[in-house]
Amino acid sequence: MGDSKTLDNFFDVVKRRFNGNKTEEDDRETVKCPRCTSVILLERYEELHRVCPNCNYHGRLSCPERIEITVDKDSFKELDSTMISCDPIEFPEYPEKQQELREKTGLKDAVVTGTALIKGIPAVIGIMDSRYMMGSMGSVVGEKITRAFEYATENGLPVILFTASGGARMQEGIVSLMQMAKTSGAVKLHSDAGGLYIAVMTDPTTGGVTASFASLGDIIIAEPKVLIGFAGRRVIESTIRQRLPEDFQLAEFMQEHGFVDMIVDRKKMRNTLAHLLELHGYSVKEG
Amino acid sequence: MDERKTAWERLTLVHTKGRPTIRDYIPLIFDGFTEMHGDRLYGDDSAITGGIAKLNGTPVTVIAQVKGRDINENKACNFAMPLPEGYRKALRLARQAEKFHRPVICFIDTPGAYAGIEAEERGQGEAIAKNIAEFMTLRTPIISIVLGEGGSGGALALGVCDELAMLENAEYSVVSPRGFASILWKDASREEEACNIMKITAEDMVRLGVAEAIIKEPLGGAHNDLDKISENIKEYLSEKIPEKCKKDIDELLKARYTKFRKIGEFTE
Repeated sequence: MGDSKTLDNFFDVVKRRFNGNKTEEDDRETVKCPRCTSVILLERYEELHRVCPNCNYHGRLSCPERIEITVDKDSFKELDSTMISCDPIEFPEYPEKQQELREKTGLKDAVVTGTALIKGIPAVIGIMDSRYMMGSMGSVVGEKITRAFEYATENGLPVILFTASGGARMQEGIVSLMQMAKTSGAVKLHSDAGGLYIAVMTDPTTGGVTASFASLGDIIIAEPKVLIGFAGRRVIESTIRQRLPEDFQLAEFMQEHGFVDMIVDRKKMRNTLAHLLELHGYSVKEG
Repeated sequence: MDERKTAWERLTLVHTKGRPTIRDYIPLIFDGFTEMHGDRLYGDDSAITGGIAKLNGTPVTVIAQVKGRDINENKACNFAMPLPEGYRKALRLARQAEKFHRPVICFIDTPGAYAGIEAEERGQGEAIAKNIAEFMTLRTPIISIVLGEGGSGGALALGVCDELAMLENAEYSVVSPRGFASILWKDASREEEACNIMKITAEDMVRLGVAEAIIKEPLGGAHNDLDKISENIKEYLSEKIPEKCKKDIDELLKARYTKFRKIGEFTE
């Protein structure tokens, strides 16, 4: 498979390891692709915006990384930037865990929403970040996504959501489950008002997020080889008492079964989104 | 109401053999239930039943998750764990109700949507999402009642409504307590502990704004007096259905959206 630079560097590392004189950097510098298990130099992986050069698996991006490669420079204006969650079911250590994550990730919760331009076309954008409690949906994710759709409905704007989530946030109990209804309701009103909603499923899109707003896009795009499903692999395996095939619940599997419109490479995402917006009559903002 | 029961004791009660199921309730609450089958897309799911019946002489659409009373019945209805075609049948019948101006009554009683290969292949996530979104704007009154267990998105797919009632010992949760323990602690055997911290009882639901009403069960639980519990459910429906039917439909839809819109706890 064709990424010679990565391979050469990789062989250098392997050689040093084999000779017993591996350096500390050798351990730090590589990442293992979760799909094909090939070892990639971190530097190269980052250059490729976290796409595996061997199998084209599209790895997880942080929210700032996604904004940078998707929208026009300096056009992103965040909505509801100060919202943080309470502790609705008084779950042990939940507030402390959140505080820790806020400091570690610089995020307030698992989604960032705002307005931005894509090749000059205005849109409401939402980006989920799996680093924050596996992108799980609690009160803040639910409220911010709902408000994003309501804002888009009021202002006649399209919505683009990059989904990444393990599902409902267990630590907020039933309140999390209700966020599925809240967000889906807002999506429905935006849709009934004629608004375009493009869902971009990224790694992973599962559980209550798949079973609510992620699956309600007018157009559903997925990145290559990402995990998309409702039930977790472990749960299904324990129900059926057998191992699932490797490609089960990947984007390609979901497309084959009719639940994904198109699989788009990260490097083509921005152009694809701009093209789709333009096809729906959304145009470049004047001035 | 017996306030002393813990969530775990209530869950145990709900799991007791002999707990009435929708098949017991339908003939005692409604007249002339006529079952409809199939989603017109793939198949007919036995974990969800639906049809038309009369409530005090008025036609209504009934949609319900089906539990079994013994192992054979449970096998036949897949332990009340619906496949996507079950949710799609529910939506088809709800749209039929909308067309013919019948109110919809949903009975929730499921540990969760089925987790399996065929469920994923046929779009379990999409089926649930679609129901949630479409029920939100369905132009006819919807009342949902949790009979026993309301587990996860599989329950919510029949739970977008104008008013939700819980049977006194029923529980409603983001995932089954067993699943909760397994996901958070990687140890399903801590089910009881999970159950007691998850806030899943009828009272919790009213306090959190998820449910509006609690339907009292006979002493010791619904299984002790089927006639009495059926009467209590019927009494609740007999009050609520006419009340909702009298409302202007646009007002009703606004209130339905607001009911869910306001759930969530955050600061800014």
